[in-house]
Amino acid sequence: LFSAEPLVSHPDDDDAGAGGDGGGRIIEARPGVMGPDSRRTGVIGVKCGMSAMWDKWGAKVPFTVLWVDDNVVCQVKTAEKEGFYALQLGAGQKKEKHLTKPEVGHFRSQGVPLKRKLKEFPVTEDALLPVGTTISVRHFVPGQFVDVIGITKGKGFAGGMKRHGFSGMPASHGASLSHRSIGSTGQRDAPGRVFKNRKMPGRMGGVQRTVKNVWVYQIDPARNLLYLKGQVPGPQGSFLFVKDSIYKKPDRALLPFPTHFSQEGEPEDLEPLIADLGDIDPFMAAD
Amino acid sequence: PIKFGEIIGILNKQFIEEAEKVKVLPDLKPGDIIELRMQRPNKRRLSLFKGIIIAKHKSGVHTTIRVRRIIAGVGVEITFPIYSPRIKEIKVIRHKKVRRAKLYYLKYKLPRFSTFK
Repeated sequence: LFSAEPLVSHPDDDDAGAGGDGGGRIIEARPGVMGPDSRRTGVIGVKCGMSAMWDKWGAKVPFTVLWVDDNVVCQVKTAEKEGFYALQLGAGQKKEKHLTKPEVGHFRSQGVPLKRKLKEFPVTEDALLPVGTTISVRHFVPGQFVDVIGITKGKGFAGGMKRHGFSGMPASHGASLSHRSIGSTGQRDAPGRVFKNRKMPGRMGGVQRTVKNVWVYQIDPARNLLYLKGQVPGPQGSFLFVKDSIYKKPDRALLPFPTHFSQEGEPEDLEPLIADLGDIDPFMAAD
Repeated sequence: PIKFGEIIGILNKQFIEEAEKVKVLPDLKPGDIIELRMQRPNKRRLSLFKGIIIAKHKSGVHTTIRVRRIIAGVGVEITFPIYSPRIKEIKVIRHKKVRRAKLYYLKYKLPRFSTFK
């Protein structure tokens, strides 16, 4: 280092493993109590595919499998330094030769392994976690509702019928050369132009969308798999960000806050946890 | 190490193994004339359905067979997921020699080809 400044360690210096010190704040990995306004982190998952299962009453549950691959807290953002509270999570693995030098420097300064995907989740002050905390699938409870954010499948340059649901024109009865076209786009001399936001063909898909109130059906902690009922945006292999639902809030006492910490007494390989489906068979006729 | 694309295949195999433990399924092929017992809601006894398998769609745990029979003069085709917990027993009675994987031509033939006692 060829600088005129003396080589004295400065409190802002980046030491490995001490990235959580934002102006003297000490954050500990300790279970806490969730208040009515608290928000905990989300999780980054990889979409593996879809399948179906029959629950204990015989009803069919179609689910999407999400793989929560090595989620680690990479950076903590606090009000003193950044002005808001957030946790930056990293998922996956990446080789050093595939990352740019600024990215490698970021991971090295925080003392965290190299990750493939980084995403910031805004949290409240009581839900902060220290750098390096692992977040596993047990962060969620089967039976709760979550919001899933992902980038949808790209459909390319799509026509009016696919993109906006236009009906097109008859296939026969004299319709000439315009079976799938958008038809008229306006009036005549008055106004003499096409209004803005007229629905026309264009690029469809490949945008970020949120699917709300997705039911968590099952959790496989041994393999870090999350089973969500129904569909989520994106193709297989894409990253999805799962957060607690804003509308259908679960019981605050059931959720591990700020995240699930594995105790020493618990066994390593747990059986998959399935959502509680109730004691009454929904198919039996109520007399 | 497991490849990422194999995860769903492994899960499906695991579900099929769990379903096979509960009931033993014979090898089903199009052209088999089978007798199927299933549990219907609000009924104590198992319902019986006989017929000829005209199609088998293989897709992991949701493998389905399409069974056809003439009931009271009307041709009926029902699709059953064979690994469902509602289906308790499948027995193969006879086998009809066919040279197709999907026997949809039986819809357009005489009713006597789809009648089974």
